Amino acid sequence: MATMQSLDIRRRSASTEVPPQVRQSAIQVAKLIDVSKCIGCKACQAACLEWNDLKAPIGYTDGTYNNPTDLTPTSWTVMRFTEYEKGDDLEWLIRKDGCMHCDDPGCLKACPAPGAIVQYTNGIVDFVSENCIGCGYCVKGCPFNVPRISKVDRKAYKCTLCVDRVSVGQAPACAKACPTQAIYFGSKEDMIVHAEHRIADLKSRGFEKAGLYNPPGVGGTHVMYVLNHADKPSLYSGLPDDPRISPMVGLWKGVMKPISLAAIAFAGVFGFLHYITKGPNEVSDTDERKADDLAKGKGA
Amino acid sequence: MAVTRRQFMKVSAAGLAASSVGALGFTGAGEALAAGVRPFKLERATETRNACPYCAVACGVLIYTMGDRSKNARSEIIHIEGDPDHPVNRGTLCPRGAAALDFVRSPNRLKYPMVRKPGSDKFERISWDAAMDRIAKLMKEDRDKNFVAKNRDGVTVNRWLTTGFFGTSSQSNEAGYLTYKLVRATGILGLEDQARI
Amino acid sequence: MTNSWNDIKNTDLVLVMGGNAAEAHPCGFKWVVEAKANNGAKLIVVDPRFTRTAAVADVYAPIRPGTDIAFLSGVMRYLLGNNKIHQEYTKAYTNASYLVKPGFKFEDGLFSGFDEGRKAYVDRSGWDYEFDEQGMAKVDETLQDPRCVINLLKAHVERYTPEMVERICGTPKDKFLKICEMIGTTSTSDRTMTSMYALGWTQHTTGAQNIRSMAMIQLLLGNMGMPGGGVNALRGHSNVQGITDLALLSTSTPGYLVLPTEKETTYADYMKSRAFKPIRPGQTSFWQNYGKFFVSQQKSFFGAAATKDNDWAYDYLPKFDVGYDTLKIVDMMAAGQMNGLFCQGLNLMMAAPNKTKVQAGLSKLKWLVVIDPLETETARFWENHGEFNNVDPKAIQTEVIVLPTTTFAEDEGSATNSSRVIMWHWKAAEGPGEVRSDMEIMSDLFSRLKTAYAKDGGAFPDPILNLTWNYSNPHNPDAAEVLKEINGYAVEDVPDPADPSKLLLRAGQLLPNFGVMRDDGKTSGGCWIYTGVYTEAGNMSMRRDASDPTGKGVFPNWGFAWPANRRVLYNRASADPNGKPWSERKKYVWWNGSRWTGPDVPDYAPTVAPDKAVGPFIMNPEGTARLFARAAMPDGPFPEHYEPMDAYIANPLHPKVTTNPVVRVFAADANAFGKPDKFPIVATSYRLTEHFHYWTKNAHANAVLQPELFVEMGERLAAAKGVKDGDWVEVTSQRGSIKAKACVTKRLRPIMVDGKPCDVLGVPIHYGFIGLTRKAHPMNVLTPPVGDASVQTPEYKAFLVDVKKTTPPAQSPAVA
Repeated sequence: MATMQSLDIRRRSASTEVPPQVRQSAIQVAKLIDVSKCIGCKACQAACLEWNDLKAPIGYTDGTYNNPTDLTPTSWTVMRFTEYEKGDDLEWLIRKDGCMHCDDPGCLKACPAPGAIVQYTNGIVDFVSENCIGCGYCVKGCPFNVPRISKVDRKAYKCTLCVDRVSVGQAPACAKACPTQAIYFGSKEDMIVHAEHRIADLKSRGFEKAGLYNPPGVGGTHVMYVLNHADKPSLYSGLPDDPRISPMVGLWKGVMKPISLAAIAFAGVFGFLHYITKGPNEVSDTDERKADDLAKGKGA
Repeated sequence: MAVTRRQFMKVSAAGLAASSVGALGFTGAGEALAAGVRPFKLERATETRNACPYCAVACGVLIYTMGDRSKNARSEIIHIEGDPDHPVNRGTLCPRGAAALDFVRSPNRLKYPMVRKPGSDKFERISWDAAMDRIAKLMKEDRDKNFVAKNRDGVTVNRWLTTGFFGTSSQSNEAGYLTYKLVRATGILGLEDQARI
Repeated sequence: MTNSWNDIKNTDLVLVMGGNAAEAHPCGFKWVVEAKANNGAKLIVVDPRFTRTAAVADVYAPIRPGTDIAFLSGVMRYLLGNNKIHQEYTKAYTNASYLVKPGFKFEDGLFSGFDEGRKAYVDRSGWDYEFDEQGMAKVDETLQDPRCVINLLKAHVERYTPEMVERICGTPKDKFLKICEMIGTTSTSDRTMTSMYALGWTQHTTGAQNIRSMAMIQLLLGNMGMPGGGVNALRGHSNVQGITDLALLSTSTPGYLVLPTEKETTYADYMKSRAFKPIRPGQTSFWQNYGKFFVSQQKSFFGAAATKDNDWAYDYLPKFDVGYDTLKIVDMMAAGQMNGLFCQGLNLMMAAPNKTKVQAGLSKLKWLVVIDPLETETARFWENHGEFNNVDPKAIQTEVIVLPTTTFAEDEGSATNSSRVIMWHWKAAEGPGEVRSDMEIMSDLFSRLKTAYAKDGGAFPDPILNLTWNYSNPHNPDAAEVLKEINGYAVEDVPDPADPSKLLLRAGQLLPNFGVMRDDGKTSGGCWIYTGVYTEAGNMSMRRDASDPTGKGVFPNWGFAWPANRRVLYNRASADPNGKPWSERKKYVWWNGSRWTGPDVPDYAPTVAPDKAVGPFIMNPEGTARLFARAAMPDGPFPEHYEPMDAYIANPLHPKVTTNPVVRVFAADANAFGKPDKFPIVATSYRLTEHFHYWTKNAHANAVLQPELFVEMGERLAAAKGVKDGDWVEVTSQRGSIKAKACVTKRLRPIMVDGKPCDVLGVPIHYGFIGLTRKAHPMNVLTPPVGDASVQTPEYKAFLVDVKKTTPPAQSPAVA
């Protein structure tokens, strides 16, 4: 029996353990976002906020339709609107932004906290808050600039592909809500077939460069786009043309990881002692910036 | 590479999260899974079929309430999503319908009858009985004083023009029908709703 | 909607004009996306703004707000001139061949019969057919007579050349012609176009005529009564269709009956103009049953007190002199002619045009009752909110009583969607605090009034004392019981008209359909078109069979569609005069040799054979649909372009009659209209997909998705005013001014009107001084207090403004 909701773990951050491999039943899932059907209504955003019990702050308008203006720890998906003039014609390119659930997830590879990021055998990449240490490496590791660190609890947040829904056989909240089937959820195989039909339809309507966005630089993604202009993904509010995992992650995995893993043992003891004697850390901006520089591999 | 204390914490900061050295990537993946996936929040919720209150697509919605409707448990609405059986919306909802829970649970819901007295700068809470008595009295006073039984030509017109009624096109047919009956029986002609504004 | 949401999937071409379906009705719009993806359909959007509907359109064309009739008349000219009409359909099913009286004329912007002093077409006798001695309309089957409707129509639209359309509408000629060509492809028997419109057509002084123009196009194309065709009003509130059906409208009674005027002094007088005799041989003229529906309704309202002897309690109904629509009520309030007002779930301060006038009107009331689940600007109109509502509470003597109500989730009952489908919803939970349902509130109010009138007497107590309220629980009736009353039942035993020795209905039996209604008092029914919704077989609105046996998007056992569970109106017209489907591809209802059949309930007598030549438009005494409206519209039997009341240019067609000549303008509003010298920008109001009217500003997630008022303007206008995205601007009309943030966009390009660039500015309606969204000036400060000549829908969609850069609004004082 094949299943989409198999929740065996395929990969786990900062772990060397080999997960169970006997069960081979998991179907690779995918969410297909068809920008040619998207009306930018933000039903997906509303459904995401409601399902995940997120109370995003009420902001201000900046004179565009982008609201909230960016992904945040409480807004895991946002619509990004681009007005694209092509000769005399105008296109309003609207893209639902959020975690792409890379098959080769940069966030997971960059994460130093054991089990804070997991990838299930169905392809979903999820953050496990209990294990997250808020270091921000996942942000650096993500080629799509998706994870956000909460100022409230210093943990990283992003779209979970509604793993809690998928695990009981339900589609993600955004996919279910989408009024125009611009978001479609199913096996990755089926989504690719569906995309082919959509691309043929778009080509018949004059979009010769219509195509599927499933970038190989990250091993393909479990969130894919049908784009009218697949030759220029960056037209869509800077969707990376050829995303790849940052070289920083290579550094982490190559040189830093053994050092850090050893250091973690010390940090655990030191951190605990520090906390009970001095209270929580007050982090200076300088410390933050230096840490960031270090994380980027610049040294200090 | 000079590493400050803070940088050290940040780079290798698994410290406080991992409870022991044994946790450095060696705990069972199954345990991590159990801890990581949030439980499906509707598992034992009660499901009620309803319709989205906003536009006239009138999408089917499923309202989930906590509790099983037993006498001593108050049903609280915890979630609303699309009804997949409904032929028009087939489970989908727009950004308004998808957030209908935030209308039901809005902090701006009115909860009690209130009155604002002439010239006052505030509302005061009153009882339903007092409110309804007052409204009936105000209506009767105005109607009895200004009801027009006959027009200038002596034709029976039986109308009351000094009070108006804006009804809502968000109420049910049944509530609307009762509203219509009552308002027309009083002779009010100024009866409107959102249909043409 | 003549058709249904699901039926849209059958279409070949969607024209969204006068609406913004993707944003206002996303889940209905899904069927457009389906038609595109699975039926090869194309989508055309004609709108002043490049909307989110336009974002997924195959063709988008801009249009200046308020010029839709010019565009649509130009389409008609193209179709007629290029033989892109469905000849056989037009000839058989419309009044194309009817001869019009010689008295009918159109000259210099005016139809015959205009009275300059009264600003009305006082003499509309010429707006009719020629009749023979038997009272039958004369026709010329050859369509050669110049007085044939079709020839008069050709002459009427001849002026709307593509050049004239471009001059008036600002729509580039090549775009316009491309759209005409696409529309023309649906004149064949195997292709249909659907028209989807909403307030973008109704909210004009020519609103009803905008829609007529499209109905005429669809008739010329043979697209009425066809799957994937029709003229589809995408209605606003979840039950605005039901509440319209149930007549919460000043001159209506349920089921599209009309309240008596004061000229109709008796029931006999009232019925004199409602005989609806056929005016072509053998036609159905279904409104001949008017008396049955009216008498049954009076029985439903007044029970035993409605008798033949008292004209079925005819005098219990108020008789009107003029319409008391929203604009009229507000005008009376502002003139100090009203003392009391109820606002039940209607936020008048936001919803009526000219907020300043509404504010003044509310301040002159003695009392105001607000019945609502939410805080509203209306309930707090007396409260100072800084520059957003700068009033002095001490100076306002209105007593305001607020009653909290349940929401949809906290009550049960039926509602009717835009497709006319009546569907039940069930209660999920109790509401917060002490909220009560509208049914309970109305029942309580009725009980107190009845008691007071019974005890103390008062002005004409009879209708109140005799109003039926005999529900099992009169203080909080069961919704199902009320729906039964609306459906109707036999008051006493009803004999079978075919065989009086047999009983058709037993006393108390629920009516199976409106065909059994009677005008002798033996049947009761509150709203004839709803009859069939609750029969002896049960509550049809509760049906939830989601099967679509033919795959045509007809779900016959899901809820109940009025009338008679019919999903596509006029569907007899989907077959040719011989009863054969016009095409296999669009097969819908046809004659099988002994009866009409198909996936839907035929809109026709089920066993009347095609050779009887009974027309498919059974409600009209002609049996055909009207390209020429006779005297049904106050502003002409053909649509004509008139400028909005805030006129941007002199009407190029007839500069002496620039605006609709029969628009009602109140004396108090004589100076309410702006001129382009002072207000050189054309503005239009609109809705955002993230919000619903003025409610969702109270819902957290929606406030997150669109938190603050903005106005949209094109780059040219922004550059001229030195405005960037997010800058504060002041928008001023003749009525007042508001501040808002600027949204500078490529989606609003200047439109070339009469050879000169015209800037368009868009203002969303949703924001006010109450809510979780940022406090804002209600935008109805700007809009003109004038309505459509036919039905008084306010002209929110086209008005003149000026705009300049400004400073942010001052912080409003904290509210206690």
